[in-house]
Amino acid sequence: MVNLIWVAMAVVGIAFAMMSGTMNKVNEAIFQSAKEAVTISIGMISILVFWLGLMKIAEEAGLLKRLAALFKPLVRRLFPEVPPNHPALGYIVSNMVANMFGLGSAATPMGIKAMEELKKLNSHQEEASRSMITFLAINTSSITLIPATVISIRMTYGSAAPGEIIGTTLVASTISTIGAVCIDRYYYWKRTRKGGKR
Amino acid sequence: MAFIQLLSTWLIPITIAFILLYGTVKKVPTYEAFVEGGKEGIQIAFSVIPYLVGMLVSISIFRASGALDYIMNGIKPIADAIGLPAEVVPLAVVRTISGTAALGMTTDLIATYGPDSFIGRLASTIQGSTETTLYVLTVYFGAVGIKKMGDALKVGILADILSFIVSFFIVLLIFGR
Repeated sequence: MVNLIWVAMAVVGIAFAMMSGTMNKVNEAIFQSAKEAVTISIGMISILVFWLGLMKIAEEAGLLKRLAALFKPLVRRLFPEVPPNHPALGYIVSNMVANMFGLGSAATPMGIKAMEELKKLNSHQEEASRSMITFLAINTSSITLIPATVISIRMTYGSAAPGEIIGTTLVASTISTIGAVCIDRYYYWKRTRKGGKR
Repeated sequence: MAFIQLLSTWLIPITIAFILLYGTVKKVPTYEAFVEGGKEGIQIAFSVIPYLVGMLVSISIFRASGALDYIMNGIKPIADAIGLPAEVVPLAVVRTISGTAALGMTTDLIATYGPDSFIGRLASTIQGSTETTLYVLTVYFGAVGIKKMGDALKVGILADILSFIVSFFIVLLIFGR
């Protein structure tokens, strides 16, 4: 499905440019976005190094295990395939907490580290495991307590109550996270029914 | 409001101090552990590059050609017909594909219709309550070298659609049109 979407966006875009005369813009966009992608990746080094370094201290001090233990009933049910006390659970929980508080720069390194730990448990090295899919389903619809960026935009444009959307955002993101887990479980059920493959 | 601003500036430094102190109390060789853990970050960032270049180039072709706008304009009358606000539906679609484009659209909608209008509030809620699914999948799977995403994309997109529908009803319910 990724392959299909990836090719479709590029090919439809190029075909559309042929008809609408926007080929110049497309040319420009190709090189600009390739450059942007590298800039983003390289720019991630600073936060990755910093947070992974800090999280290593937290891991060695046993802090991640305690954090995971705090959310054990929930995490165990969400990720039944991950053995209890596995470091992956600590990183998953810290990613979720960071996301909740809108700390994107801290959440990404923790999430990547969680994926790395999940990969160690995965027998198919290049294929997403069940736990990975669940983790990303939760991550993409993550529960948000404070949507800081949106609040600042609303302030800029003179909102009478910039923070009034905190409630609606919280409800919408909570329901969609629960929904995402249900959808994830449905697809898992479909996969297992189709011949026991994960 | 003041509390939230205070919280978001204090949270990270406090977390850092807490981890450092906790590590010291537990007799972790803090500085050495930091350096060791940090090393991994460099490698991860480099392994994301090909995934991100591939995805962003494809998205940018789609956007720059005008195909995305064309499709969005096509969606508007359909959205209108089923009672959804035609101005916001494109945002819901773009939110899944491109974070920067979505942020631009949200800002634009808030600027045009006002932050305290129905559209402004709905756009704010959509922007705040979902992530850029395609970007998250690209970075997370890319960082650990997973090439086959399995059902992850389908699950992510369906969750985004759900999130949009929930946002619409909750804003309608709490603030009215």
